[in-house]
Amino acid sequence: MLEWLIPAASTSADEIDWLFAVIFYTVGVWFVVAQGIFFGLIFKFRRRPGVRSLYVAGETKDEKRWISWPHYAVIACDVVLIAGAIAVWRDVKQVIPPPDETIRVIAQQWAWTFVHPGPDRQLDTPDDVVTVNELHVRNGTTYEFELTSQDVVHSFSIPVFRLKQDAVPGRMIKGWFRPTKTGTFDIACAEMCGLGHALMPAALHIESAEEHAAWLGEHTAVAAAAAGSRS
Amino acid sequence: MSMPAPAHGAAVAHAPESFWSRYVFSTDHKVIGLQYMFTGMAMALIGGFMAYVFRMQLAFPGQSVPLYGLVTAREYNALITNHGSIMIFWVSMPVLIAGLGNFLIPLMIGCDDMVFPRLNRLSYQIFFVSVVIILISLVVPGGGFGGAWTAYPPLSASAHYNHTPWGAPLWLLAVALEFVAFLLGGINFTVTVMNARAPGMTAMRIPIVVWMIVIASLVFMGSVGPLIAGAVMLFLDQTVGTQFFDPKAGGDPLLWQHLFWFFGHPEVYVVLLPATGVVAEVLTVFARKKLFAYKTILGTAIATGIISFFVWAHHQFVAGIDPRMAHLFTITTLLISIPVAEMLFAFIATLYGGSIEFATPMLWALAFIAEFLIGGVTGIFLGANATDIYLHDTYFVVAHFHYTFFPIAIIGTFAAITYWFPKMFGRRMSETLGKIHFWGTVIPFNLIFIPLFLTGVAGQHRRIYSYENFPQLSTPWLNHLAVIATVALIVMLAFQVVFLVNFFWSMRHGEEVGANPWNANTLEWAAPSPPPHGNFVTMPAVYRGPYEYGVPDRDLDYWPQHVPNQEELPRA
Repeated sequence: MLEWLIPAASTSADEIDWLFAVIFYTVGVWFVVAQGIFFGLIFKFRRRPGVRSLYVAGETKDEKRWISWPHYAVIACDVVLIAGAIAVWRDVKQVIPPPDETIRVIAQQWAWTFVHPGPDRQLDTPDDVVTVNELHVRNGTTYEFELTSQDVVHSFSIPVFRLKQDAVPGRMIKGWFRPTKTGTFDIACAEMCGLGHALMPAALHIESAEEHAAWLGEHTAVAAAAAGSRS
Repeated sequence: MSMPAPAHGAAVAHAPESFWSRYVFSTDHKVIGLQYMFTGMAMALIGGFMAYVFRMQLAFPGQSVPLYGLVTAREYNALITNHGSIMIFWVSMPVLIAGLGNFLIPLMIGCDDMVFPRLNRLSYQIFFVSVVIILISLVVPGGGFGGAWTAYPPLSASAHYNHTPWGAPLWLLAVALEFVAFLLGGINFTVTVMNARAPGMTAMRIPIVVWMIVIASLVFMGSVGPLIAGAVMLFLDQTVGTQFFDPKAGGDPLLWQHLFWFFGHPEVYVVLLPATGVVAEVLTVFARKKLFAYKTILGTAIATGIISFFVWAHHQFVAGIDPRMAHLFTITTLLISIPVAEMLFAFIATLYGGSIEFATPMLWALAFIAEFLIGGVTGIFLGANATDIYLHDTYFVVAHFHYTFFPIAIIGTFAAITYWFPKMFGRRMSETLGKIHFWGTVIPFNLIFIPLFLTGVAGQHRRIYSYENFPQLSTPWLNHLAVIATVALIVMLAFQVVFLVNFFWSMRHGEEVGANPWNANTLEWAAPSPPPHGNFVTMPAVYRGPYEYGVPDRDLDYWPQHVPNQEELPRA
């Protein structure tokens, strides 16, 4: 149901959206039933002349089941939701599948630097492509990212991937994603990082294999030329 | 304190005479309670104005805000940071814990004052200093602190990053002093309730609201220590350049997050519990019902307090903690829904068989349950670690948070003020104005935060000064929602004028009432309205629990705690 409001463009997004829907319908039923009973009681027991209130302590087992049965039902729902949450979290955050490529994401006040592996699909080779505020990925490829921060805590957020991971200075944090849809989407910083916090938008370009190769070709030529002139 | 039951009017004779000793340097728990309450209400006006300014910026980015002017990114950050800090630390805490606790505890347990009256005065004085410091911090060179109310280092730890060389340390100092004030208050509350109860006020006859304030105080005292240690380290980082939280020198930014949230999440329950206590008192009086399952409610409150110590890292699912740890905190977080839900079930069950009168305090108490349910169910989305990846730091969190804190700090407070106003000032508030204010607050409140659930689910992050740079996240549809929320906020703020008029007009001109205008059972209604210095004309003894409403075979449908069994009651 999240896709009604924002596209889902990664495998993780599908799983998280599924869990969101499960929670939505579970708590939705609770919400409607609880509010229904609540307003029903308010209406039924509004003050009427000559009608006295009942004396109910709610201490006997017989009376208590009015709250203890819902209580057990809450526990049952919690168990289901915990199981769902753990299963999805495990896939999304805990276990990184074997990646096809690795990219490096560097956060700083107030910009994102992305290091893409070049056509050789290896980082730390001369054909790496470094961009600022612009991330290019190939659709259907499993990426691992290495996230670092130069200064304060930032958070690498790609809403269409349902991906969010804080970038913590002094640590390299790994994560992954696998795009499922081409297009251009927003990347944002989600953790307050100072005056320019709103000035950290970056563009995510999810491209087909051909488009991506073309883009890489353009930039590796430049990168190679730059590397050549340095040596 | 525990002088032997004073003779008629003896305590009154010792009441301080001059204006200063009576209202400013008083040690009377009622005066201190009202000092906290009025200070909190004044701070609420400031915090509300801040919300108005930054919501205007979000709805109409880059345009001059009436009564304020242009909002820069620096000012925006300072406004959201201090709105959050002020509303939690200088409104919710002083009104719900310190204000109500001070005013109510001695009256409801039947003693003449707190057991440490001068400690109590010191608590308010320290609190007052913290108020002055937080207000000064808004106008120093560089402006107020803008690193969010969570103050994550390294941003908060160095002016090199946050560009608020004065604002950040002053903010932290104010928060730390505020904690000291409430530590003193919490000690006082706990000791008073343990030692100064009226004869016959056994543990199971203590009104729920008093229990709730005591449990909240214990939770506060248990959780605040680590944060005070963290605050000292952060203050040293800011001022003398120690690097406790700077990884470049071997420090760790995540350490602060753990210390902060170890306090920060129990803090939610510290303010929730007193508000639920208020709701319990008001529900029983206006439904004329015994509280459903008193002991169960007490048990859920204690369970909530204990579990609240084990949920803190659910704020840090995506902060870089070990991914396996997230499972544990998902389990504890969803578990805490169990006692809180059960408490609400018991409140709803209390309505069964009642004779419900829709007086203003009752409307607020009922609204608390209806609105808090929304806050409760939306919390599940955030407590489940996997959905939190997406929703973390979006407006969904903001909306969820306000659906818990608004019922607590605003709706709960209005329930308390409208209910105890006759006791505080000896007069009634206007019911008509009270109902206008109620609907003018509750309807716009929903129109503010339901749109924010949607913008959050659509991917908008909080704390972003302007969405103009995000093509996908600033669609016309999302901008419309932002405008709706802002307009609703302005309407809601405007209706608060009705409350202020009602409050101050009724203080002087409201209909005068006797000791027990609501026909309630608890001991504060045995004291005159307003209670004199020393509270009770004759120190009360207690003969039964606090919620004996609608007892069969009695003429009256209430049975005050202090009325001896044999004495009363012309039987039918």
